Amino acid sequence: MIPISWYLLLSAALFCLGVVGFLIKRNLITVFMSIELMLNGVNLSFVAFAHQWHLVKGQIFVFFVMVVAAAEAAVGLAIIIAVFRARSTLAVDRIDLMKL
Amino acid sequence: MNESLHLWLVPLLPFAGFLINGILGRRMPKALVTTVALLAPLASFAVVINAARAGATLPYIETFRHSWINAGTLHIDYSFVLDQLSLVMLLVVTGIGFLIHIYSAGYMAHDEGYARYFSYLNLFLFFMTVLVLAGNALLMFVGWEGVGLASYLLIGFWFQKPSAASAGMKAFVVNRIGDFGFLIGMFLLLGNFNSLSFNVIAAELAVKPAWTGGVLTAIALCLLVGATGKSAQLPLYVWLPDAMEGPTPVSALIHAATMVTAGVYMIARTHFLFDRSPFALLIVAIVGAATAIFAATVALVQTDIKRVLAYSTVSQLGYMFLGCGVAAYSAGIFHLMTHAFFKALLFLSAGSVIHGLGGEQDLRKMGGLRRHMPITFWTMTVSVFTIAGFPPLAAFFSKDAILYAAFLHGTSGKIFWFIGLVTALLTSFYMFRLWYLTFLGERRAGASSLEDHGAPVHARSGSKLVLEAEYPAHESPWSMLGPLVILAVLSIGGGWIGIERFAAYLAPSVGAASVEAGSAGLEWTLAGLAVAAALLGWFIAHRLYKSRPETPGHLAASMSGPYNLLLHKYWIDELYGAVIVKPILAISRFVLEWIIDVAILGGAAWLLGGIATLGGAILQRWQSGNLRSYAAWLTAGAAVLLLYVLWAYSPASLSAFFNHGAGH
Repeated sequence: MIPISWYLLLSAALFCLGVVGFLIKRNLITVFMSIELMLNGVNLSFVAFAHQWHLVKGQIFVFFVMVVAAAEAAVGLAIIIAVFRARSTLAVDRIDLMKL
Repeated sequence: MNESLHLWLVPLLPFAGFLINGILGRRMPKALVTTVALLAPLASFAVVINAARAGATLPYIETFRHSWINAGTLHIDYSFVLDQLSLVMLLVVTGIGFLIHIYSAGYMAHDEGYARYFSYLNLFLFFMTVLVLAGNALLMFVGWEGVGLASYLLIGFWFQKPSAASAGMKAFVVNRIGDFGFLIGMFLLLGNFNSLSFNVIAAELAVKPAWTGGVLTAIALCLLVGATGKSAQLPLYVWLPDAMEGPTPVSALIHAATMVTAGVYMIARTHFLFDRSPFALLIVAIVGAATAIFAATVALVQTDIKRVLAYSTVSQLGYMFLGCGVAAYSAGIFHLMTHAFFKALLFLSAGSVIHGLGGEQDLRKMGGLRRHMPITFWTMTVSVFTIAGFPPLAAFFSKDAILYAAFLHGTSGKIFWFIGLVTALLTSFYMFRLWYLTFLGERRAGASSLEDHGAPVHARSGSKLVLEAEYPAHESPWSMLGPLVILAVLSIGGGWIGIERFAAYLAPSVGAASVEAGSAGLEWTLAGLAVAAALLGWFIAHRLYKSRPETPGHLAASMSGPYNLLLHKYWIDELYGAVIVKPILAISRFVLEWIIDVAILGGAAWLLGGIATLGGAILQRWQSGNLRSYAAWLTAGAAVLLLYVLWAYSPASLSAFFNHGAGH
């Protein structure tokens, strides 16, 4: 049986990849995918702990996270499309209309 | 044990009428509105009659199961008290109220606000019966304020007219001043007796016979302030003449027969307080006597038929106060009752005249109405002779009872008696003046305006048809004449009970009059003098307005100073305007504009705006607009939170982690 720490390490690795991508990527779609990566990294530790402790709660949480992620994807992609139509670019440092 | 008299029905029935007509009245057919409006006071009257006939031992107290206020040691119940005093008052209120409802059905028949009018009228009866029945001062205050509200609504009934709207406001504001006194009086009562129930206070005073003056004087004077406001006495009478802007039946019911007598009723109701304070009683008598003669002089020269009657009401209320002030409460209440009869009759007759003339209220444009309105003429004649004090009409007995009681009341009483006598003379004069100007002589209505319309001037001597066309006076419908006739009968016979029997009946409620014993001879002499005064007033009025109609004009011209003083009502309104209203308005305007508007509102807006601007200037530096810098801050924040949680829940593992990391 695979020890839980492996799962956690994988989860942490995924999460950190997400964080780094979130911080350094310029393309808005990539940033968005990084966020999904962080969410799924967390999901993995939820499932791992649920398996470890034989508790269903963790899996239920995962479902919640997935629902939120799906909603976020729908709204987020719509925003991205709107932004692209308006600005013809997806570079995050060019999208700065809110700056004073 | 008495069987239940169901007193609660007395106020509740008019209230139901108010609700039905007030909510549904606009959608109901007129006949239904009338039925509801008339049934409510009639049913109340029936309940009162039933209570009177039941022969229950008085005072009969009806207390509701749930008390109203229960705070610490303070208990106030919803309690109704029926004793001789409230029974007399209730009979007057519901009986005359019913008659005036009938009259109103005719008078207001063509008015758009028919249902609204009757709902207000029923509301008034509700509050008035609460006021009368109340067993404690607070419940009485509810009725007291309520009748003020109804009065306000009805004075301003034709609110499209600015004068009516402002008259309503004036009545309301002036009454507030009086209510202030009433309130202070109640607080003092609470502080000293820890109760507002009339019975409790009376009982406590009864066991402390030595307690006089002092705080009792203060309480009595405060209550007197309330009474002067409601009963239009000096110096708070100014609202009543203006209240004549309301429909005439309202003037009759509220501003003559019932509501304005509430002050007298209140003094009689709390007589046990006034009895303990000779000083307060003296003030009551002075206020009454001063008001009586003051208002009578103003009434001498007024040209508006309703204003003459309004000042006459103020003057007669002064009589009632005088009666109470010489501790002859039963005489005051007696006059209250007869006054309700004859003053309602006067107002309703005047209303009939106004109705018949299509809204004309100026005495100078009337005249010769006797031929056109015979029944109104006779009812008016009855009421004029009654108020002038001719025997054996009602006011003769009640006015004499007051004058007699005043005469027997020590040295000051002689002065009060004399003032009362002069007032009787003046009363007789101005009432006969009104009578001559309205009904006798030749008509004076717009001879010039007729020529404007091209009508033949010689038509006066022409056929009856032409006469009717040129002078559109007509007798009123029977719904109006019926109440007039009934009230005329009451005005004639209302005094035949006699003050002795009336006083004996009221004695359990208001105490026996403690006057020095007079003699029958003295009583006859005083009565004779009063009748002589009335005759003199009639004689002068006859000389001035019948024999030589041109004299009043000459007289007014030769004495223009006093005449103008009276015509302008001693400039009291102007005085109040300059001394009280204008400064208050100026102060309010100053407070509103400079303190509220500029200082508080402006200051607050400026302060908030400043804070927001300053805060924005500082915080805008965080808003770089760069998405990646936001993301970096977010991540850093999350990292800090994470470290904090680790540290908070398990410091050891955190330090182990760092040490371990550092070790490598």
